[in-house]
Amino acid sequence: MAVAPALGIEQLREKARLIRKHIIVMTTLAGSGHPTTALSMVEVVVALYFGGILRYDPSNPYWEDRDRFILSKGHGCPALYAVLAEAGYFPVEQLKTLRQLGSPLEGHPNMRALPGIEASTGSLGQGLSIGLGHALAARLDGRDYHVFTMVGDGECDEGQVWEAAMAAKHFKVDNLTCIVDHNKYQQTGCVFDVMDYRPFADKWRAFGWHVQEIDGHDLEQVLSALRLAKSKPIKGTPTVIIAHTIKGKGVSFLEHRSDMHGRAIKIDEAKRALEELGWSWEGELD
Amino acid sequence: MELGRRIGLKLGLSTREAFGRALAELGEEVPNIVVIDGDVNNSTRTEHFAKRFPERFFNFGIAESNMVGVAGGMAACGKIPVVASFACFLMCNAFDQLRMSVAYPRMNVKLVGSHAGISIGQDGPSQMGVEDVALACALGGFVVIVPADEVETREAVRAAIYHNGPVYIRVGRPEVPIVYTDGCNFTIGKANKLRDGRDVTLIANGIMVAAALEAAHLLEQDGISARVLDMHTVKPIDAYAIEEAARDTGAIVVAEEHFAYGGLGSVVAMAAAERYPVPIGFVNLGDTYSRSGDPDDLLRYYGLTADNIAETAKRTIGRKR
Repeated sequence: MAVAPALGIEQLREKARLIRKHIIVMTTLAGSGHPTTALSMVEVVVALYFGGILRYDPSNPYWEDRDRFILSKGHGCPALYAVLAEAGYFPVEQLKTLRQLGSPLEGHPNMRALPGIEASTGSLGQGLSIGLGHALAARLDGRDYHVFTMVGDGECDEGQVWEAAMAAKHFKVDNLTCIVDHNKYQQTGCVFDVMDYRPFADKWRAFGWHVQEIDGHDLEQVLSALRLAKSKPIKGTPTVIIAHTIKGKGVSFLEHRSDMHGRAIKIDEAKRALEELGWSWEGELD
Repeated sequence: MELGRRIGLKLGLSTREAFGRALAELGEEVPNIVVIDGDVNNSTRTEHFAKRFPERFFNFGIAESNMVGVAGGMAACGKIPVVASFACFLMCNAFDQLRMSVAYPRMNVKLVGSHAGISIGQDGPSQMGVEDVALACALGGFVVIVPADEVETREAVRAAIYHNGPVYIRVGRPEVPIVYTDGCNFTIGKANKLRDGRDVTLIANGIMVAAALEAAHLLEQDGISARVLDMHTVKPIDAYAIEEAARDTGAIVVAEEHFAYGGLGSVVAMAAAERYPVPIGFVNLGDTYSRSGDPDDLLRYYGLTADNIAETAKRTIGRKR
């Protein structure tokens, strides 16, 4: 199996709307989780899995030549779970078991519990190193897969991210792309108030990376940035895509909220959220 | 090194050198091995592997966190990464990466910490791994091995490579006496009985195995018969050998070049308490950091000697009911 058939832009928008519904429903039913963190990354994961970017086969999740997507910001996993379910890795119904004892959909991704999850994450800062390991293994084995790792912007406070950035350039790894979900908020506030690491893009440039900055909710920009990154635009150079996003995107009363990190919404709020997204909530939140 | 000299043990290679040579040999046999070092390859002796297999060797610079994460990723792709650095830097600096990128996802990564214990000597406490065994034991699913000499190290490295799962091996800087002059039967999790005895069992690993053998000799001169167990694997511990020792000899002394809390002593005591409680004495580094100095001077200063093991054995025997 090669690349899953790519959907057109309109179908991708519709898919994004569906993923947002899943995120609201599953986190509300779970009563905990990080819905706003998941909502900001929706277009990127939809483009990766349904836009013809990733090469994958849900019936053969450990296929050695698959492209990898590693979610380093593990708390965003409801978005990834929803995408994997829609892609056919497991039944969509299972999304409602999020965070329950015995469910493979744990609070943070567990690669040993759920096929399709490439790395167990949740302790921030580690995914880019793991991705670099996959990328170097591809080189050793003469395989041509590409590794995408998504990190959070708050996660970039972690020194390990920059250790990995340094090493990826040093080892001239160009089958590795880092996507920063730059939604501007971390647990206790705006990322620049918590730890002002600006100039951000210049930091990546200084570490030798090829930098693209995009609107992370504009599917055309997302697709073209991912395609460019996968084409290895500069030989021996890893690419970072800084995706400017909105925390809580798609639900008016969750957007740009600094106080909603790591909090699920209540049933009545979820009903309003689903209505805003154009979904009926009848039978969804039981 | 003075340990074992009184009973005629001859100095052999350092365990780090034995590790480096064994790894280079295994590189031929196991093509999936990749070696990752934190810019101390001439100290950990992964340089031997690097020379023979440069394309499978990666120096990640002085960045332990990243190199452990990379190892986790490589293992997910079927490689057998061997990650080496000083025991203290590897285990202390990269502990969360060992937890999240190796232990929790049960990655087939081998960690080798060199320059463990106070026997590195002059470089002092900042370079001494004295908490590494406790940290490694705390990681879920880890196998933890502390070999005694060059012969056992060679076998331990081979066993670790062929074991499917994370393994920590502790090796040291100085040349150490050869305990296994006639070869070594090495099985992960199975203690080696080096000498039998009736009155007390001396359980040791690493360089303290030579000291324990010497202590048994000293005790014999005082009419005390001591069994000596090389407890090379701290986890999973050989609880059967401990129970048997407790039943047969009624007293145990545990000797290790490590802090008191969480090392071999703690693990042995837990097994004995559950299976067959007997008085246990401990010879270790207590709870305080060491100093710089000549390795033999340090070992004497901190009581990691055959004499102290023998004295501790007598006191422990005196506590038998």
